[in-house]
Amino acid sequence: MGYDLKMRVWRGDESGGELADYTVEVSEGEVVLDALHRLQATQTGDLAIRWNCKAGKCGSCSAEINGRPRLLCMTRLSDFEPTETITVTPMRTFPVIRDLVTDVSFNYRKARQLPGVQLGPRDADGKRRMAQIDVERGQEFRKCIECFLCQDVCHVVRDHEDNKEAFAGPRFFLRYAELDMHPLDTHDRRELAQGAAGLGLCNITKCCTEVCPEGIHITDNAIIPMKERVVDKKYDPLVWLGNKIGIRNKDANGRTEV
Amino acid sequence: MATTDHGVTSPGRARIDARTLREDRWWLQPLATFVVFSAFVVYATSRAFMGRDYYASPYLSPFYSPCLGDCVEGASDFGQPFGWWPLSAALIILIFPLGFRMTCYYYRKSYYRAFWLSPPACAVAEPHASYSGETRFPLILQNVHRWFWYAAVLVGLVLTYDVLLAFRPMPAEYAVGDGETSGIHMGLGTLLMIANVVLIWLYTLSCHSCRHIVGGRLRHFSKHPVRYRLWTWVSRLNGSHGRWAWYSLFSVAIVDLYVFLLATGTIQDVRFF
Repeated sequence: MGYDLKMRVWRGDESGGELADYTVEVSEGEVVLDALHRLQATQTGDLAIRWNCKAGKCGSCSAEINGRPRLLCMTRLSDFEPTETITVTPMRTFPVIRDLVTDVSFNYRKARQLPGVQLGPRDADGKRRMAQIDVERGQEFRKCIECFLCQDVCHVVRDHEDNKEAFAGPRFFLRYAELDMHPLDTHDRRELAQGAAGLGLCNITKCCTEVCPEGIHITDNAIIPMKERVVDKKYDPLVWLGNKIGIRNKDANGRTEV
Repeated sequence: MATTDHGVTSPGRARIDARTLREDRWWLQPLATFVVFSAFVVYATSRAFMGRDYYASPYLSPFYSPCLGDCVEGASDFGQPFGWWPLSAALIILIFPLGFRMTCYYYRKSYYRAFWLSPPACAVAEPHASYSGETRFPLILQNVHRWFWYAAVLVGLVLTYDVLLAFRPMPAEYAVGDGETSGIHMGLGTLLMIANVVLIWLYTLSCHSCRHIVGGRLRHFSKHPVRYRLWTWVSRLNGSHGRWAWYSLFSVAIVDLYVFLLATGTIQDVRFF
């Protein structure tokens, strides 16, 4: 059963813009991206939208729907009343290029600042080995589709442009945690996470976890464990004493600071 | 909202004046948190400074346990090393559970949102012009959470011991019938204390620092099977850490209120045997 959906869509570019009202015909089972595509096809041929897979796996169509960071392709129209007006804006943390398309290169800069995995020497037979439970631990983090909704919602940069220099953001704390938990990585990233990546700026208000379309427990499984690892290194006199008297956690052997 | 150069209205971003376009009742949760936490703080502070009506044999209020100051007879099961302390005995030990909860990752989320509005809710602009998170004094002290966790385990043990003591026979003045003051006793107070200590343990053991200490800090789960197993258990509890935080907050207040009502003679203990 089709119906006429009322939409407000932000139109404009970096020089300015406004929310424009539209009415578009939609059908049962459609998502917000379908409605925008129909709008583009029938009324606003120049509406800019970034999208690719339409299956919640490419992370391209990130935007804000009724003020909440969401993927356009994974937001069903059936989540709203047919009489409700749906407001769609670009992500409000990144510079806008046009309409719903933002410049997310902030995230690529942060990715480049993060040292990649540095594996140790191979076993005698030329292979590297990891036990299955150690492999499984990092799998949750690898579900990330880099939609950057967590980066968008994080108030550290969303509400404070000046923090962008010092703060890597939840998506990259995920990566820090994944590598720091990697049994074969030889880097010790704790100082870097606290210093260059600005882990201390995070006040764990969990919005990143709330908006993650992949359901990754970013705060509980990545950011807080990473904060605890920093505490091991910098704020725990028991660990310090253990290191001094030689009762040291063998797990960190062979790791060097980056 | 006035145009600024630091938040969602920074130059370059999509020009939208509203601080949020959310239309749901995003303010409800921080408001509820604010009201309930404030009520608890007011209640706990007044009870802690009161310095009386915290012991109704055999029940001891959790706010005063262990009672190390100049406590009433029967309340000090671990002696009175701070007998010289001029103020309420609760103030000597409350710093530990208070510190544990204040630095708790769940409570931090709650009070940063509800009290400091940083942020009030997701994608709702916060009112502050600058933000340094937990990088500076005093908030950098949140990193001592695990030290309070160690103390919280000791407090948990003491509260567990208090539950055992709550099975003691009641003194003669509470007797409601022949022979009821002898032998093991159980009343509504005992039940409340059992519920409280179970919730306290669930909260303490589901702590993120506990999760890290038992196994989360490892890089090779495969080399530490026992710690890995413990970590999976704590991880399961940890999923409901927020729930245990709330429930145990209520249970502590309820047990204290029950003891207060008994000690002031407002009610009589409901005795099962």
